[in-house]
Amino acid sequence: MNKGFPRVNLASENSVIVYFSERPCAKTSRLIANTSEQLKNKLSHKLIDLVPSYHSLLVVYNPLEINYLTIKNEIYSIAAEIPNKALSVGKSIELPVYYSQESGPDLQRLADHANLTIDQVIALHQQTEYTVYAIGFAPGFAYLGEIDSRIAMPRLSTPRTNVPKGAVAIADRQTAVYPSQSPGGWNLIGRCPSPMFDPSQHPSTLFNVGDKVSFKGIDRNEFLQRGGLVESISSIEQ
Amino acid sequence: MSGLKVINPGMLSLIQDAGRYGFHRAGITTGGAFDKYSFNWANKLCENIDTAACLEILVGGLVLESNITTQVAITGANVPIKINETTVDGWRTHNLVPGDRINIGYATGGCRAYLAVAGGIQCPLIFGSASTVVREGLGGLDKKGQPLKAEDILPCEPTASIAIHRVPEQYKPTFDNEVTEIRMLLGYQQHEFQTAQLDQFFNAEYTISQLSDRMGYRLEGPTITCSNKPMLSEGICLGAIQIPADGQPIILLCDRQTIGGYPKIGSVFSPDIVKLAQLMPGRKIRFKAMGIEQAQNLLLQSKQ
Repeated sequence: MNKGFPRVNLASENSVIVYFSERPCAKTSRLIANTSEQLKNKLSHKLIDLVPSYHSLLVVYNPLEINYLTIKNEIYSIAAEIPNKALSVGKSIELPVYYSQESGPDLQRLADHANLTIDQVIALHQQTEYTVYAIGFAPGFAYLGEIDSRIAMPRLSTPRTNVPKGAVAIADRQTAVYPSQSPGGWNLIGRCPSPMFDPSQHPSTLFNVGDKVSFKGIDRNEFLQRGGLVESISSIEQ
Repeated sequence: MSGLKVINPGMLSLIQDAGRYGFHRAGITTGGAFDKYSFNWANKLCENIDTAACLEILVGGLVLESNITTQVAITGANVPIKINETTVDGWRTHNLVPGDRINIGYATGGCRAYLAVAGGIQCPLIFGSASTVVREGLGGLDKKGQPLKAEDILPCEPTASIAIHRVPEQYKPTFDNEVTEIRMLLGYQQHEFQTAQLDQFFNAEYTISQLSDRMGYRLEGPTITCSNKPMLSEGICLGAIQIPADGQPIILLCDRQTIGGYPKIGSVFSPDIVKLAQLMPGRKIRFKAMGIEQAQNLLLQSKQ
């Protein structure tokens, strides 16, 4: 455990935020996932919700069941125990991606920006196993990090009003798959035919914070066979 | 289908219950009734469980027609209410018979009214709640986040007549403050703000901007600056007061995004989120700090 961490701070009348490290990393994400599990088991009905993110965990509790000082102490004692236990490793998921200029209208710009060929950009995107750092922005939107610095690129200066469902995108050192059609300012490099968020399924999301994700290139035919929609490709704003 | 038919949905009427909990990790927000106090009273007046689905009616203009024998109660904002041609009071139970029309006029004080029906609106749940979150496309009659529209039928079970209940006068809110005091707890990130900035924040009057909704209230007033070091996105609690780069505070509310990266000066005490729910754009607020012990003691007392 890093010196000075974890740190439990007041957020509101019924929530505290726990910081696990100065910077995010795969180990911190595993610690957050494990601490979340322990808190759920130990606090059960006293707990209302948990929001894991890069290097923190927001713990929302029922103040009629447990007060601020008591929960703070409980969290410190639970977190102190965790390094003595084997950390669960989380899931590893491979997602198919149809990388192409038709499905990734920003590929050429990103390649130019990086001084690489499109093929090199695609290869670099597939070569890393990413960590799910946070889920937010929209249901099922997972922030994956970190991508190779050579293919990092800032967000678009003017976000698109419509990014299609399944768009695979890059912003700075992060990558993500848009779970549903939404506005968005990330650079689009491909499309994934697998659903990221399905309210009718349990669990509704493919992964949790701390899980691992990798990408594997597929061709247009396979994209279509796996349920990818071609008409939504041609409708992407350039 | 038995229930209440929507003749006119009004400005914006949403099905809301106590909210959606336990799914923040998937990026799903809580939603739920914004003014929990009025929501709770509406359900109590209909002898409902405290999580029963109600209508949250923004400003007014809603007309419903019942095809069953049931009871309803309307609380929250001061709205003129008619059952058929008769003007009736809010904050009490009313009996309805098939064919009765409820007409909710425009608010003269406050801006959100709550309508509960005996047994609750029998709305399908998604992620454990009927609450409508338009931005996420979750909840409501179709589970896809749609507000009420004309011809919708709110499914309700016919009920045996219950006693008429009334909320005592002293428990009804008033909406006539020129400046509403909002109690808040200073959070852990207050240290990102210099003392002079904190003083400025507490001495200022802020006006609720037109760009305010269930997701968040943007405020207009003195600019608050902070250290502005880049922050990693982290979980956002209900009522968090964040200060973006332009220095104009934003209070994050029921439909807030689950994570965000602006520094937060603190968070609003939940009984005062109820007050915010009834403030229209253009109204003024002032913040007052309180401690965690005092806040939690008040919450415990109010439940006793």
